[in-house]
Amino acid sequence: MSPTLSRRTLLGGGLAAGAGLVIGFHVPGPRRAARAAERVFAPSAWIRIDRDGIVTIVNGMSEMGQGTGTTMPMIVADELEADWSKVRVEQAPADPAYGNPLLGGRQSTVGSMSIRGSMGLWRRAGAAAREMLVAAAAQVWGVPVEECYAEQGAVYHRPTGRRLAYGELVDRAAQLPVPQSPRLKTPAEFRLIGKTVRRLDTPDKVTGRAIFGIDVTVPGLLVATVERCPVFGGGVKSVDAAAARAVKGVRHVVRIASGVAVVADDYWSARRGREALRVAWDEGPNAALSSADISRGYAALARQPGRVARREGDAAGALARAARALEAVYEVPFLAHATMEPMNCTAHVRPDRCDVWAPTQNQTGTQETAMRLTGLPRERVFVHTTLLGGGFGRRSETDFVAEAVELSRAVGAPVKVIWSREDDIRHDYYRPATYNVLRAALDAGGMPVAWTHRIVGPSLLIPRKFPLGPDGVDRTAVEGAANIPYAIPNVEVDWVYKDFGIPVGFWRSVGASQNAFVTESFVDELAHAAGRDPFEFRRALLGRAPRHRAVLELAAREAGWGTPPPPGRARGIAVAFSYGSYAAQVAEVSVAPDGRVRVHRVVCAIDCGIAASPDQVKAQMEGGIVFALTATLHGEITIEGGRVRQSNFHDYPMLRIDETPRIEVHILESGEAPGGAGEPGVPPLVPAVCNAIFAATGRRIRRLPVRPEELRRT
Amino acid sequence: MVSLVVNGRSLTIDADPDMPLLWALRDRVGLTGTKFGCGIAQCGACTVHVDGRPVRSCVTPLAAVAGRSVTTIEGLDPEGNHPVQKAWAQLGVPQCGYCQAGQIMRAAALLAEKKNPTDAEIDEAMAGNICRCGTYQRIRAAIHRAAALVRGGAAPAGGSR
Repeated sequence: MSPTLSRRTLLGGGLAAGAGLVIGFHVPGPRRAARAAERVFAPSAWIRIDRDGIVTIVNGMSEMGQGTGTTMPMIVADELEADWSKVRVEQAPADPAYGNPLLGGRQSTVGSMSIRGSMGLWRRAGAAAREMLVAAAAQVWGVPVEECYAEQGAVYHRPTGRRLAYGELVDRAAQLPVPQSPRLKTPAEFRLIGKTVRRLDTPDKVTGRAIFGIDVTVPGLLVATVERCPVFGGGVKSVDAAAARAVKGVRHVVRIASGVAVVADDYWSARRGREALRVAWDEGPNAALSSADISRGYAALARQPGRVARREGDAAGALARAARALEAVYEVPFLAHATMEPMNCTAHVRPDRCDVWAPTQNQTGTQETAMRLTGLPRERVFVHTTLLGGGFGRRSETDFVAEAVELSRAVGAPVKVIWSREDDIRHDYYRPATYNVLRAALDAGGMPVAWTHRIVGPSLLIPRKFPLGPDGVDRTAVEGAANIPYAIPNVEVDWVYKDFGIPVGFWRSVGASQNAFVTESFVDELAHAAGRDPFEFRRALLGRAPRHRAVLELAAREAGWGTPPPPGRARGIAVAFSYGSYAAQVAEVSVAPDGRVRVHRVVCAIDCGIAASPDQVKAQMEGGIVFALTATLHGEITIEGGRVRQSNFHDYPMLRIDETPRIEVHILESGEAPGGAGEPGVPPLVPAVCNAIFAATGRRIRRLPVRPEELRRT
Repeated sequence: MVSLVVNGRSLTIDADPDMPLLWALRDRVGLTGTKFGCGIAQCGACTVHVDGRPVRSCVTPLAAVAGRSVTTIEGLDPEGNHPVQKAWAQLGVPQCGYCQAGQIMRAAALLAEKKNPTDAEIDEAMAGNICRCGTYQRIRAAIHRAAALVRGGAAPAGGSR
């Protein structure tokens, strides 16, 4: 799919015609009245330039902390040769114009795909607008266009030094055709791309002015909280709402698809009302299900062959003939996303339109959810994307959107639904729990000649009716496993699908989050079995994977691999490709006699191709490492009686500042196409830490999270 | 009816005295900078100052702050120029930003108490505040930067451990 640049007017879209609430970044500077009248040059969906020279860049991606709300306008403004101080950013409505080409045109901020999916498009848009402004100036002066150039918000005539600011050219530029193949800058010409630029959203985020979904307010707003069946797959048997309705401030008690909602004047009243609800549940078929059942079920299924994701050579034969064979079982638990901002959404359904204010990663899905529930056509559903208090994949779902739309329709008023932390932990779409059986054969020289990996677990794609590959394999289940980069002649990776009815979803780095732990731990086992240094062992097998090898070498060098670690510490290393980028990490770890693990230092090397915003790439590596360290040391959702045992941060703990290691990030210089940044920092961390624990203690971690009682030496 | 001072303004709030200060601030006063994260004093997103001391507003009943002075992120500095806010901006601390009001309020209270905290003191003071984006390293560095801004001296890049 190659979207063309087209002249579009965004007036009449969701933002301009919204319900009087403007959401987006507050950018310091004069607020301009009657903006629509001044808006004369809009050569694409992303750019407007007004007569006063203000450049408005419309960002269709969600800002959830990853910084795209700044990086996207940097990319456009750079090619446009805009004066950065005159650039304003506006959040786009849901509109096919903002779809990601990598996602079949859906508007969704997932898979670390914003920059790698759209950077080319944004650059072309900026460059096309720049060429139109230059052509307009050439017309005004009556000179050849080749004699003119753009610089920092103005066009210059080289021979005479004459200058016209962009604002003076917009009327004429608007009459010109949009060039389809504008000349893009060379990297040497970049002013913003690849430079450190302060994020545009920071001033609002340090003063409390930033508007997240939970902060949305509209006239007449009611607030709702929903009691859901604690058991997955269950439903409401009966409701006694009398006591709830008697609570001061409670306006309605409404049954919706997900449970029973209490709608009140404010959150606290809704919550008090919910505490007074008496609901009898039909717990359904999963009422006795436990994590132990799931693990046993997986283990039984692991004896059967699965759908083949990769087969090279004859792994079974090589294993049978091998000088030495190893086998191991690895297990990972369900994990919750636990964004700091609990799920929430505001909706106002009226007969002729529906407005949805949502902290969403999925504008298209939000719009389609509202269309399905209201029967309104696409052009009457207006999605207003707020800032997101974390996403990590959780906000690509639309369950919280459906609740708000259902409730607004039911009560005939705008409704904001707010989840409690307990709701969030107990009604997530969890990172899948999986069971992995690995076998490998070493030749007499200690080099691997066969590798098999069987993964048993649920599917993210099947319940969503997303297409599987021709081999029937869910690629999200085998990513990071089917594509291990090592030169091993006989490889077989297969996948056994088993759904136990626990809702599963996309969790930062998805399949790679667990498969990198499994594969990079097992590679470490092979290295130790062969009596080889884990770094040198990997390096020797990466002859056909130069980008893996380069980050591995960079991380090892910067970490001082091969030199003695500080007393009491040990190092572990791992490398992984995910979401278009290559990352290697070295963790420096100590294990106390009581088994407590402390990670002191993590060195990360990342090759994400062109780093459009290096400081944001660093921030994403830092964040990904902390996110993954939470999963390593603390993360476990357990099922008992068909429900989630954990409920809040006391029993589903997050890494805190006093457990945070020193993190050093090294970005590999690269001219390659951009890769992702939001996710690739996560996968190598877990195996790097677990490999360091092995180096420190001789104990191999094959089941997450790390349990101090299994490492105790006293 | 509960009377208190919020960001220097005297207010009387018509609400259940059991209502947590967090929800009174957000839903009744209209100050949404203070955030709901857990409701059980585990994450610190709701941190405000009561008579200058850091308090978890999600578990503080309105009645407990009657007659007292509450400062929220909106009132920390009218222009957003508190040294902690400046340091946060200089070092690019926030990612999603949701927890940052609580982090900043906790850090401001720490610096009011200790002019030049060590890494260990920072970790101890800030360990009650969760950041799911993982901005802790920059928070540590920004607190050192803020301390330097207060001293008026050169600002080091931040601490290490």
